[in-house]
Amino acid sequence: MLSTRLTVFTSLAIALSAIVSAKAGDSDPQEFTQIDRGRYLAVLSDCASCHTVPGSNQPFAGGRAIETPFGNIVAPNITPDPETGIGSWSDDAFDAAIRKGLRRNGSRLYPAMPYPAYTKMSRDDVLAVRAYLNAVTPVRNDVVVNTLPFPFNIRASMRVWNALYFKQGDYKPDAQKSAEWNRGAFLVDGPGHCGACHTPKTFLGGDRTDQYLRGGFLQGWSAPDITGDTRVGVGAWSAGDLVAYLKSGHNRVSAATGPMAEVVSLSTEQMTNTDLKAIATYLKSLSGNQDHPQTLPKEDPAMVAGAAIYRDQCSACHGIDGKGVAELFPSIAGSSMVKSDDPTTSIRIVLRGARSVGTKAQPTAAGMPSYGRQLDDAQIAAVLTYMRNGWGAAAAPVGTADVARVRADTASRPD
Amino acid sequence: MAKRLPKKDVVIIGLGWTGSIMANELTDEGLEVMAIERGPWRDAPTDFPPGYMQDELRYRVRHELFLRPDQLTFSFRNKVDQTALPIRSWGAFMPPNGVGGGGVHWNGEMWRFLPSDFVLKTHLIERYGAAFLPEDMTIQDWGITYDELEPFYDRFEYLCGTSGTAGNLRGQIMEGGNPFEGPRSRPYPTPAQAQPFSHTLFGKAARELGYKPFPQPSGNLSQAYTNPLGLKMGPCTYCGFCEWFGCSNYSKASPQTTILPYLVRKPNFTARDNSEVIRINVDKSGKKATGVTFVDSSGQEWEQPAELVILSAFALFNVQLLLHSQIGRPYDPVAKSGTVGRNYTHQTVSTVSGFFDPKKFNFNPFIGSGSIGMCIDEFNGDNFDHGPHGFVGGGYMGQVQTGARPIESTLVPPGTPKWGTAWKSAVKEYYLSTVHPGAGVHGSFYAYRDNYLDLDPTYTDRFGRPLMRITTDFKENEIKQNKFLTDKFAEIIKAMGADKLAVQYRTGPYDITTYQTTHLNGGAVMGSDPTTSVINRYLQSWDIPNLFVLGASAFPQNPGYNPTVTVGALAYWAAAAIRNKYLKNPGRLVDA
Repeated sequence: MLSTRLTVFTSLAIALSAIVSAKAGDSDPQEFTQIDRGRYLAVLSDCASCHTVPGSNQPFAGGRAIETPFGNIVAPNITPDPETGIGSWSDDAFDAAIRKGLRRNGSRLYPAMPYPAYTKMSRDDVLAVRAYLNAVTPVRNDVVVNTLPFPFNIRASMRVWNALYFKQGDYKPDAQKSAEWNRGAFLVDGPGHCGACHTPKTFLGGDRTDQYLRGGFLQGWSAPDITGDTRVGVGAWSAGDLVAYLKSGHNRVSAATGPMAEVVSLSTEQMTNTDLKAIATYLKSLSGNQDHPQTLPKEDPAMVAGAAIYRDQCSACHGIDGKGVAELFPSIAGSSMVKSDDPTTSIRIVLRGARSVGTKAQPTAAGMPSYGRQLDDAQIAAVLTYMRNGWGAAAAPVGTADVARVRADTASRPD
Repeated sequence: MAKRLPKKDVVIIGLGWTGSIMANELTDEGLEVMAIERGPWRDAPTDFPPGYMQDELRYRVRHELFLRPDQLTFSFRNKVDQTALPIRSWGAFMPPNGVGGGGVHWNGEMWRFLPSDFVLKTHLIERYGAAFLPEDMTIQDWGITYDELEPFYDRFEYLCGTSGTAGNLRGQIMEGGNPFEGPRSRPYPTPAQAQPFSHTLFGKAARELGYKPFPQPSGNLSQAYTNPLGLKMGPCTYCGFCEWFGCSNYSKASPQTTILPYLVRKPNFTARDNSEVIRINVDKSGKKATGVTFVDSSGQEWEQPAELVILSAFALFNVQLLLHSQIGRPYDPVAKSGTVGRNYTHQTVSTVSGFFDPKKFNFNPFIGSGSIGMCIDEFNGDNFDHGPHGFVGGGYMGQVQTGARPIESTLVPPGTPKWGTAWKSAVKEYYLSTVHPGAGVHGSFYAYRDNYLDLDPTYTDRFGRPLMRITTDFKENEIKQNKFLTDKFAEIIKAMGADKLAVQYRTGPYDITTYQTTHLNGGAVMGSDPTTSVINRYLQSWDIPNLFVLGASAFPQNPGYNPTVTVGALAYWAAAAIRNKYLKNPGRLVDA
């Protein structure tokens, strides 16, 4: 007989997790509404990104190394396993970790765990996440979390950091704004913790609040400005463009790649369109810096060389007109990333190539090939300078030294 | 000792066009599907990057994408009284290897066969009488009609985004298309590709000679396209690196661009690459396949049990695996008994190069695509009266500018020295003003009693199994056909304004060292009679009902077209039979 079978093992695993979770915290394993709300909040919070090893079939079992400027931090096991996970934690302890950055022994978490953002959630939200985590399969996996070098391995230093950068407290709605805007602000600043990547950091790793969401840097990628700035942010995108990008990883001008590809598949693809629309409304309302640099003249030597390289190497997919193919090959002319003040990601994509994310709505997941072998640093600088100043755009030229830096920085990266 | 893997609902042998189509259809049915591919995994942006893909030496001359003959090869002879020798370097055809199979390196020509092609024997005997056919010709009907296959042609064309101009829309002949084609239910999904100068000139000359030229249907797309699975394709850039090469612009229809990104997301689909299936296992009754045995790259043997076995490798490998698995009765051309290996065919291809005045003509041959082209179909199949000519069959012909890759585009007029200064200056002089049709004359190859496949008595592969032996030669019918067609083609090239022609007829004996096409067909043919076919009209084995054999090995003989669209349509047709009939009541779908 040809038939698909639900394996006995799956049913057993569900039964076992129910037994364990009955002991974990105060949540009731039959509270469907709370558990399902917690599942969605875990999606909004992108818990899986750090707490599940990519490709693993053990969700939330921890063990993934999270790269920070100070060293690697390994994400802990947050399954309800009583010994190696969070099964024996009280609800108060869980809430304190998520919203206050406190460990069970009273010492501090590192903000690689985005408690400075999660603090915007309510205790109810956090306990819903807890109820959901109690319902996942417990996995025995003992993770050594603190692998930071001295002096960052001293958790007490976080007292100072928290005093400087951590403001505890639920999201407070702005009564002047619409409910949609407030929902968007809550999602962006709270569970979505967009600023973790998109807000630039001080040398201590705290948010530079004056540069809120104007583009950050992490793990060898520059994260773009996502304010309403029309040149380098998302101001030229319609709300629909933003929703399409977050839902499917692709839209008429752009495609998600690098760390954002993971955010799309683990988090934003699974969000409701209403929430995505709220995020779009909020982001587009942010003013950005609205600098207007001068465009480089066409006769500039880098522009002349860049135009020739673009025609030879790039135009086959991205078009002579720079417009690409909607939802397949990103538009260079319409790209705000290309014009970003920090050109690292653009340089990296040309040097090493990149893979866009495949989603249910856009399964193709087209890739950008690597040009690091046949184009030298000066040629890559020239072609990017041309892209940043072609088709009426304007941005500072990319220097050969910028390309050399990214080439060196990314040479030994496994990704 | 083979290690045994957990049983699957379906095991698929070979993940090219037909394996990908079948995997997608059967996973839609909820079945657990395992595909086993001999070659490596290949993906468009990482394996065919534009940064180095346009390398004629690596991909064309050194056969980068193809099976290495030292892994597996065939022996070859022209005639039954000769001793076959192993092929040590591919020549007449290029066996594919790796995920995507021939769909990676093809040119993208997307022809349907004529309605009369499917009932060839009946049709020819009705029109010309049985005595008109050569005595040893073993052509036969397919057991399926064009009308039955039409919805599946349509599905494959829309999967691929095919660019073309309809010639027959639901019975109405359309201006600008192929007036000889069978009725199609819908127009092509995208318009025909733009035609370069030499094609426009060919079209004009052909029209003036009274023909009805039309653009060749193309799997290299004229514009961006989203297929029914939601996969995106980009417009062709006419770079001229199609055949022998993979396309990184997402412009050429291939399993990589049209199915695989969708298929690999399904949790009930699994694939194993670099794993060579060496046997289809059959139970003691001899009537049921139990799965397959394969060898991975470390030499470990594995058994993959399955309820349903889909044999979807390249045509020759399908036949070879049937022979090695002792499924069906091997064909014997002397006793005229058995079926496996019978009616093996290839193609009858020739071309005419035209040398034009360099001062007046610049064809810019760098503008190329494997399947742009202006073609005529007046001399294909039975589109003309064969009575006065003494042969059957035919082919399409046309100007197909596939590019100006430097190593193979050094054409010079007849009479030029073959080397030295005179040769060099002639190459330079004519580089831009020569018409060298990629397709040229693309003729049929009908089946004969003594063109067949069997196991070699002398040579063995690395597992100690006999190599499969190819016995094939051109017969008088095909040589006459080619002479007639090539002369007609030369008239058109001449009428375009060529000063000098280089006419290269296809002559015997069949040459295994010079490339023709990779359109190898037959050996496990479909039909209504188990004594002359290996599989029934649903591509189901007559002997083993839970085995289906896909691909051009099913063609009873080869018409004068490229095979891929019919191969794809038959895969959809077989998948529909499995989904709608076989799964409800596993067993023979046709009573013998």
